[in-house]
Amino acid sequence: MAGEATIEPVLELTGIGKEFGAIRALHEVDLQVFPGEVVGLMGDNGAGKSTLVKIIAGNFRPSHGEIRFAGNAVHFSRPIDARGVGIEVVYQDLALSDNLTAAANVFLGRELKRKFGPIALLDHKAMAARALELFGELRSETRPDDLVKQMSGGQRQAVAIARTRLSNARLVMMDEPTAAISVRQVEQVLGLIHRLKEQGVAVMLISHRMPDVFAVCDRVVVMRRGEKRADKPIHQTSPEEITALITGAKEAA
Amino acid sequence: MAMPLESPISFTNVGQIRWWQRGIFASQTGYVLLALAVLLVIMHFASPYFFTEGNMQNVAKNFSFIAIATLGVTFVIITGGIDLSVGSMMCFSAMITSMVMTELSAPGSPAGSLFVHMAADGKTVLANVPGLILVVSILAGLGVALIAGLVNGFCIAVLGLSPFVTTLGMLSIVRGLGYVASNGRGSFPGGPDADYFYAATSGDVLGLPVPFIYLVILALAMAVVLHHTSFGRHVFALGGNEKAAELTGIPVVRVKIEVYVICALAAGLQGIIISGWLGSAPANMATSYELNVIAAAVIGGANLAGGIGGPLGAIVGCVLLEVIRNGLVLAQVSSYWQQTLVGVIIILAVLVDRIRSRMT
Repeated sequence: MAGEATIEPVLELTGIGKEFGAIRALHEVDLQVFPGEVVGLMGDNGAGKSTLVKIIAGNFRPSHGEIRFAGNAVHFSRPIDARGVGIEVVYQDLALSDNLTAAANVFLGRELKRKFGPIALLDHKAMAARALELFGELRSETRPDDLVKQMSGGQRQAVAIARTRLSNARLVMMDEPTAAISVRQVEQVLGLIHRLKEQGVAVMLISHRMPDVFAVCDRVVVMRRGEKRADKPIHQTSPEEITALITGAKEAA
Repeated sequence: MAMPLESPISFTNVGQIRWWQRGIFASQTGYVLLALAVLLVIMHFASPYFFTEGNMQNVAKNFSFIAIATLGVTFVIITGGIDLSVGSMMCFSAMITSMVMTELSAPGSPAGSLFVHMAADGKTVLANVPGLILVVSILAGLGVALIAGLVNGFCIAVLGLSPFVTTLGMLSIVRGLGYVASNGRGSFPGGPDADYFYAATSGDVLGLPVPFIYLVILALAMAVVLHHTSFGRHVFALGGNEKAAELTGIPVVRVKIEVYVICALAAGLQGIIISGWLGSAPANMATSYELNVIAAAVIGGANLAGGIGGPLGAIVGCVLLEVIRNGLVLAQVSSYWQQTLVGVIIILAVLVDRIRSRMT
């Protein structure tokens, strides 16, 4: 990214730490994420990735440290607070309701309504039109009125990502988006990440799959034992080095 | 911040779902509706009495007696819950309504003095507007249903108890309270407003039984609520994937409490209507009706796993049950066969839906 130094980071963590009783889950984590940047967050199970993600998403409050979002210090007590400032999470199981349509899922919890006197009824047309627009931006062949039950893994991923576009999120965190889908659908999902990047959205990709991280990420962050052990532009590192950092064969880079 | 669309989206790999593979055509409700139509045709040829006006009115009235409660329980079933307390709730609401009405109509009683007084010739005279006693007593009946629904909802949504266990307990609690309140004798609507009460619960308007009219209005309201409000959307989302509903910021606890309250109110209203038809609210009224109500909902296509169901299905289920009962009587088959047949139909309806969803 040219001129990274002059652009304000969308997310800035300083000295983030988290203890659960006697267990130190995170220690002194500093991290910056810039607009339009895709950051891969890697680490073994128990390395502190999900704790970090949950702190950013507002599920947990950090024990120490400061979170700044778009330049302002923020304190989230619930996930909805994080969503309010523009942080969206695509969960591993996508959090979709199978029995509803794609459009209904995109707008779940923030339905568009039209007022008829005292009662507000759903505006199906507007929601379907907006959903189609979002699927178009993501180049996903998804019909807003189809049930999610009948969709492929890639389409489901598109629905989950379209949901984050609804609020014009500035940071999208994706938890293992490629873990449970076919090779062809992985391509689609990586394509979706590129779309987000093109539109200036910062993406944090939490993944175990090395090829995916190297395919889309600009930068990779490795966590081990609750600490950040590496933070490198992708072209200055290699899958071998990352593996060594994850397993602890190499302490830090 | 609208993004520019370089090219309109084209669907080269994703086909359109055919019209007969979506909506009602692909639902259990659709199949059962078809089965019902076939059954009606068969009944027409089997018995010349079936399609007479009197019999139709009878059928309409009888299925309306469980259909309103079925609408309520369908809400709960769509969220993936169950309410076993509807039968007891019907009885308790009806009983409280009758008791309050009798109490308010007694000139000597403390509450009654506000509504009636004794005239010089010993007759009871209304103190205020006619019908006020009726309104107050029905509100009292619905009020106890509201409380029971709130307790159900609180235990299930806030305390996290299982719906089956909670409402099984409530079934017993409410039935017991009914026996306690009436000392096991039940109660009767009485006083100056009793005639209004009978007119409002078992009368006819333009040849249509009143309960049937209530049913149609409530079913239409339910269809609008389920498909055109965000509350309805959330009810479906809750049944489809509760965790997702929570993560997307749906007020899960509130929606759950609301569906149990709706269910209890529907059952209460149903009980009040039944008591108008019976002319009393005996303490054993509507015993085991919860099974008929749930059976009707399931036959009509509500899925006990959650996420599927609607007012049309609830009504179709009730009509099917009633037509079978009515048909067996007209065909002079022993009415003992009815239960067996209902059981077979429950299993058949679910089986046909399972086979269909395997095929597509």
